[in-house]
Amino acid sequence: MKPRTFRRHVRDAFRSFLRNGWMSFASIATVSITLFLVGVFILAALNIDHLAKQTESQVEISIYLKMDTTQDAIQIMASDLKQLPHVHSVRFVPREEGLAWLKETYADEADLFVGLDDDNPLPDAFFIKTDAPSQTAELAQTIKQWPQVEKVRYAQEEVAKLLEITTVIRQVMLVVVIGLALTATFLISNTIKLTILSRREEVELMRLVGASKWYIRMPYFIEGALIGLIGAGLPFMVLVYVYQRYVEGTEILSMSVLTLQIVLVPLVVTLFGLGLIIGIWGSLSSIRKFLRA
Amino acid sequence: MLIEMQHVFKTYKNGVVALSDITLSIDKGEFVYLIGPSGAGKSTWLKLLYREELPTKGKMMVNGFDFSRFKRRHLHRLRRSIGVVFQDYRLIDRLTVEENIAFALEVIEAPAREIRRRVQELLYLVGLKVHAKRFPRELSGGEQQRIAIARALANKPQLIIADEPTGNLDYENSLQILKLLEEINLQGTTVIMATHDRDIVNRFRRRVLELSGGRLVRDEAKGVYDRP
Repeated sequence: MKPRTFRRHVRDAFRSFLRNGWMSFASIATVSITLFLVGVFILAALNIDHLAKQTESQVEISIYLKMDTTQDAIQIMASDLKQLPHVHSVRFVPREEGLAWLKETYADEADLFVGLDDDNPLPDAFFIKTDAPSQTAELAQTIKQWPQVEKVRYAQEEVAKLLEITTVIRQVMLVVVIGLALTATFLISNTIKLTILSRREEVELMRLVGASKWYIRMPYFIEGALIGLIGAGLPFMVLVYVYQRYVEGTEILSMSVLTLQIVLVPLVVTLFGLGLIIGIWGSLSSIRKFLRA
Repeated sequence: MLIEMQHVFKTYKNGVVALSDITLSIDKGEFVYLIGPSGAGKSTWLKLLYREELPTKGKMMVNGFDFSRFKRRHLHRLRRSIGVVFQDYRLIDRLTVEENIAFALEVIEAPAREIRRRVQELLYLVGLKVHAKRFPRELSGGEQQRIAIARALANKPQLIIADEPTGNLDYENSLQILKLLEEINLQGTTVIMATHDRDIVNRFRRRVLELSGGRLVRDEAKGVYDRP
């Protein structure tokens, strides 16, 4: 396509965009609402993911050792644990320290611990964190096989629940967004149909004198893309403003939310990408019906 | 052979048989009248030529395009080899005379310089140079039809199809249009003209094709309007 032709198509697209006034406005509004929700979901999803990762990384496996474990064996185990895949950190708590922690925590009932100093019932323990929560169970099973290990515990249920919630949220989001996107596409295709109808005779003449299909489609294509892009730009600006002003720098469950800088790229790509797709799809679906006739 | 039809039928979806068993051929450079009462299938036959309608049955070739092996994406190439003129001119009111002619060149993305040159040529040919900057509504019916003819000629088609081009014109203007079509024909372009105009057909004697009830009932060289 020649630049001159392209310029004319862009001009035509802007003209009919303005001439369609209210329909253009309605289309943009629907796209904006859709993409606003998409944007909210994306920001929420990114932060939930972030939160989940932070929580997951705090999921500990507690390893309690047999009472007869020697210092040498402990040393060897510590390095063995560090060698394991997905082990993020290894912390050793000797039995004395464990008792001290217990006393401190339950200071009100100090009498419970009388005499325990001489005959400490607590075992030595390792606490390890993983960087892959889905691997926790497997890791625990492996460690359980080791000779000096008495008992292994980990927060299996919490991890599973967290993963479940994230999955459900993602699915709900998907359904809502698809529904809204279809509505927006439908409205855009109706707006473009108005343009096509208002220029019906001209389009028929174009076909008669031998314009190619792409030549005929181009202005509607551009009009659709324009609606999609404006419909993405509005919610984008609102979301960025609100995020920067009210969300960034706050904490959820004492964990910090993501900075705007991190969420900006996925937000831009999704909103403008979806806006373009909705706009172009809407315009192509209406011109297709017309060209077939 | 520019146009070749063998046992062509056209039945519309609602069951109306518009054309049945049409077999004919038209040579390059011919001038052909297509006559017959309203509803005889004239417009349908013309529409088959530029693939506005598709034949239901039968073989046909137009300008070297074999319709039995025709691909939809080649439609614009067929259309560029055919110029079509209608009874109601079908000009774009918001465009000036020269813009209306340039329209046909612009939509096929001809170079700007060539568009300007060709538009001047065509304005001269149809005698509308003085009205170049005016709008179609400001001109007479005959002048508007000449714009439409110039537009149809813009891409130098091998074939001009005119569907009752003089239907809305008085005798004087009709003669002018006919002279213009003759001139175009003399330059080698094949002309097919559907008409109800007895005087014109009898005055400019050419090959006559007569349709009646969707059948080709007469094919006569240098024929007259009424059947002998």
